[in-house]
Amino acid sequence: MGGNAQTVQRYALAVLSHLALIVAWYLFVKLGEVPKFVMPSPYDTIHALLVPNYRWVENIAVTTTEIFVGYTVAVVFGIGAALLFSWFRWLEMAVMPLLVSLNMIPKVALGPLIIVWFAYGIGPNAMMAFAICFFPIVLTTARGLREVEPDLLDLVRTLKGSRWQIFTKIQLPGALPYIFSGMKVAAILAVAGAIVGEFLGSDRGLGYLMLQVQVTLDTAAMFMAVILITLIGMVLYGLVLALERMLVVRDARIS
Amino acid sequence: MGEPFIHLAGVRKVYRTRGADFLAISEASFDVDAGELVSLVGPSGCGKTTLLKILAGLHPHDSGVVTIGSPSQPFDPARDIGMVFQQPLLLKWRRIIDNVLLPAEILGLPMAASRARARELLALVGLAGNEEKYPYELSGGMQQRAAIARALIHDPKLILMDEPFGALDALTREKMNLELLRIWEEAKKTIVFVTHGITEAVFLGTRVIVLTAGPARMADNFGVELPHPRTLEMKTSEKFGEYTRRIYRLLGME
Repeated sequence: MGGNAQTVQRYALAVLSHLALIVAWYLFVKLGEVPKFVMPSPYDTIHALLVPNYRWVENIAVTTTEIFVGYTVAVVFGIGAALLFSWFRWLEMAVMPLLVSLNMIPKVALGPLIIVWFAYGIGPNAMMAFAICFFPIVLTTARGLREVEPDLLDLVRTLKGSRWQIFTKIQLPGALPYIFSGMKVAAILAVAGAIVGEFLGSDRGLGYLMLQVQVTLDTAAMFMAVILITLIGMVLYGLVLALERMLVVRDARIS
Repeated sequence: MGEPFIHLAGVRKVYRTRGADFLAISEASFDVDAGELVSLVGPSGCGKTTLLKILAGLHPHDSGVVTIGSPSQPFDPARDIGMVFQQPLLLKWRRIIDNVLLPAEILGLPMAASRARARELLALVGLAGNEEKYPYELSGGMQQRAAIARALIHDPKLILMDEPFGALDALTREKMNLELLRIWEEAKKTIVFVTHGITEAVFLGTRVIVLTAGPARMADNFGVELPHPRTLEMKTSEKFGEYTRRIYRLLGME
């Protein structure tokens, strides 16, 4: 709601709060005379980008690939599994409890196993991202597909509508807001999954780089890596948000 | 008039649950002529919604006869039922006009003609100019008007309404009663209207069927001899009071 002026004001305030954080960071480091290896200034952090040894572009590409591949596969399989559950009740009754149990496994604990089975690299790290964000998507999608007004089903039944019509006209569009709420949660988890994968075993990627520069106490590069990981996450989240805006009517969105 | 449009004789329905059977309807028998607006009135648990679902073909009945249609008014159960529920149940992601078109899509009716008809119906229910809005932009009463237009889109012969104004505030409800009568007179449909509002039942109905709970049974069936078009002043008339008192008495409230 609200007018244009109100929207501008909202965005302006959001940008200001971000800028304020950076300024506060700068002042804290400068006035507190904090050593560079404890906390680098914003300037030092950006300066870290100039070290060619760190191969920023390649590392960014690797981590981005892991996150996007793991996330996309999780979205496809997560929604697919939930659709199968809604079409075959017995499948849901058999598999859902199993998924709930499996979800209790801390995904991070699977890291060493994944390395044993698949060695390390982009694939296994994408798998870690997948493992951590698959379940929330299944769960929210399955829930969305289940939430159909019984009276609405009656309405379609009096018209002798088919199951397929119920699915395409009512069930699936009705589930979309739920699917997106799961996808938004999963977007954040996918980033964490990929980075944990890189921590546990990898030879490339921003997570890997962080472990390397930790040894030399190049805190500025670590800061930069964290910022870049965050930015990748924000891009992914932004894409999901944009897709949601295209597909879901405002009133139906679940935040 | 010849044969009635709806004929029920000795209709009985029992819901079998674990432990005990629940008698939802016993021995319901009544006739409805084409073009009537029949009110089914009674307290919660009297089986009025069950009866509506039997008429809609959604629930089977255990015994008795249910016939809808007559030689002069043939009835196709797949195309001749329009339903309105207590909640508007509009699809949030569809514009109002596309909500109205839902039954036409399901039945595979020609879209261009249906779209034109949807516009006419939205005008009939007083929603002209709101075709392209989304449900959340309309008030509860307006959403229910859209739901009525949706029930009329495929030109069904029978409209089944399950407490359609029960969720509205009292003033909106009065207004919607007048609107429904106007729509009914223009659209010339047979309407079965379920309500627990006694004055609403009398005000709207050409006939009132009273159902009581515990045990569920049909307690009364009488024609309402008030002239049409009905006006709000009629609610204070002697005759109107007699009808409502008759129902109150049956429901054990007097």
